[in-house]
Amino acid sequence: MALLEVKNLEVSFGLRSGAVKALRNISFSLERGERLGLVGESGAGKSVLGFSILNLISKPGRISGGEIWFDGKNLADLSAKELRDVRGNRISMIFQDPMMTLNPVLTIGQQMIECLKAHRKISTEDARTIAIQKLKQVYIPSPETRIDQYPHELSGGMRQRIVIAIGLLMDPDIIIADEPTTALDVTIQAEIMELMVELCDRNNVALILITHDLGVVSQVTQKAIVMYAGRIIEQGPTKEIINDAQHPYTQGLMNALPQMAIPGQRLNQIRGAMPPLQRIPVGCAFNPRCDYVMDLCTKQLPGYTASGNCKVACHMVADMKRKAEQSTDEV
Amino acid sequence: MSAENQQPESLVQIRDLYKKFNISGDFLDQLKFKGGKIVREQEYVHAINGVNLDVHKGEALCVVGESGCGKSTVARTVMGLLTPSKGNISYRGERIDNLEDKALMPYRKKMQMIFQNPYASLNPRMTIGQTLMEPVKLHNPTWTPTEIRDKVHEVMFSVGIDPSWGERFAHEFSGGQRQRISIARALAVDPEFIVADEPISALDVSIQAQVLNLMMDAQEKRDLTYLFITHDLSVVEHFGTRVAVMYLGSLCELAPTKSLFAAPRHPYTQALLSAIPRLEDDRPSHIKLQGEVPTPVNLPSGCVFHGRCPHANDRCKQEIPMLIATDDGGQVACHGVEEGRL
Repeated sequence: MALLEVKNLEVSFGLRSGAVKALRNISFSLERGERLGLVGESGAGKSVLGFSILNLISKPGRISGGEIWFDGKNLADLSAKELRDVRGNRISMIFQDPMMTLNPVLTIGQQMIECLKAHRKISTEDARTIAIQKLKQVYIPSPETRIDQYPHELSGGMRQRIVIAIGLLMDPDIIIADEPTTALDVTIQAEIMELMVELCDRNNVALILITHDLGVVSQVTQKAIVMYAGRIIEQGPTKEIINDAQHPYTQGLMNALPQMAIPGQRLNQIRGAMPPLQRIPVGCAFNPRCDYVMDLCTKQLPGYTASGNCKVACHMVADMKRKAEQSTDEV
Repeated sequence: MSAENQQPESLVQIRDLYKKFNISGDFLDQLKFKGGKIVREQEYVHAINGVNLDVHKGEALCVVGESGCGKSTVARTVMGLLTPSKGNISYRGERIDNLEDKALMPYRKKMQMIFQNPYASLNPRMTIGQTLMEPVKLHNPTWTPTEIRDKVHEVMFSVGIDPSWGERFAHEFSGGQRQRISIARALAVDPEFIVADEPISALDVSIQAQVLNLMMDAQEKRDLTYLFITHDLSVVEHFGTRVAVMYLGSLCELAPTKSLFAAPRHPYTQALLSAIPRLEDDRPSHIKLQGEVPTPVNLPSGCVFHGRCPHANDRCKQEIPMLIATDDGGQVACHGVEEGRL
């Protein structure tokens, strides 16, 4: 059985103007030690999905449907107390800005020891030993002295490594990393990503990497999910998605990267912008921006079509697939 | 260099530019007790240290580097938003860094700036029409209201914003549309030279492409010259004519885009290029740098990069490297390259 299985997850936010569905019909699974990338532009719902796995959606949002199966339990149904046992313990989370996630008035050590003591019956000395050992794992130089420093005494890259060390403290099964390197410089980003891959491999930890950077996804993850306007529009092995994207949005996203164009020539742009969640078009949400739009796209929400090892939500792909099957039948 | 290579006309010249910021606080904060005496001590952030740069007419010169390397300070100093601590800046041969506000006005019309965050750079209490009309009115005091309105409509149209939206406020637009409006504001006074400080960093990938295309179209149609500040190297590869790489307030390499990406000479440029996440390769195989960027308060002696450079020797620790010309038309500041070690 898969380590994590999300089935038909739906998250909605109650607004004055009525409920808005931030996530619709999300289903995917994650195996032990697997690295999964969640890609999409801002507003696609990738962060909401990351948060909802830990049931961290705060009011006015709520999980309004679906199941999140982890270790035989449905996380969407657990009480706050039961959830506390999972959060930070079995599944931990790394956020975008390390300056915002670390408490500025506590030393690194205090924060790590606090976390350990919250989940385990353990003496302060033992907790400190574990903390130092985890700092060593993320290559913090001289961890014995660093542990007594405050976050402001460390650089951005160093802080993010501390946050990763805190994420690893309880030897979790899954780490959810929400844009962990967006606030960092490229050279530091490369370093942090390499570190995360190494740590996940060594400890057999599954990783859910939320990012807008397709380059990072292609280097780090084995499986990828592309999201648009609250829905998964394509999912499958990262290699297949990068090399042979099926959905016009994924293709557009890839082609819009400067490295895909001839230097000096115009970039391939996708026209328009993602619709706000209150005004998602009928049918396929991407239809006003799509170059291949058909009549059906503006009327009916596309279901998922299997293409290779990928699942794609697109009428055109389904159509092509059907035609290809018919022609083989005739032969 | 071959004989048919004409010397390009330089539009903006930056000569021996230094900028330091005083961070020592007020007078009482500066007093320190040392060796039985009260002394006054001042601390400075050395943001730019001796940068020489020419922006050629019609090119897009990209300045890249990591946060804190002084690239935005260069942009702001060129625009006259900051006064240089030392050195000078000329526009078409006329020195502009020491001019008073009034004397600077004609240059302000020719030099415009686009800022990083379109949410912060547009006044939330003005309609888009008002925002765009203001610079046109200011720089063309003799124009009639009809002329001003026509001009505003023309620039709005040219950046793909419907002129009938002029009555709307900035918050009614998406990020990409707001950045188009910022570009329209810069174009409204028909400038020759545009400084763009990270104009696409706050935008999504698909929107980035739209804005970059718009900037390239404008360059072609209006014969613009860009000074483009960014940390995103893949954008530079696409957009830049030449690239200047900065590290800790110094210029380490300046080269035509093609030759820089094909064969980076400076060890820092090499590390920076290898860190770009690419779609093609599977495993990250970047050059690892030791340590972190040192603080610009106490600059390292010699080459500012020596503490993290895998090829540093004693000379690098003592002597500041000068920019030397390379055979592919670039310049590089590295003792190793000069000595032929690298």
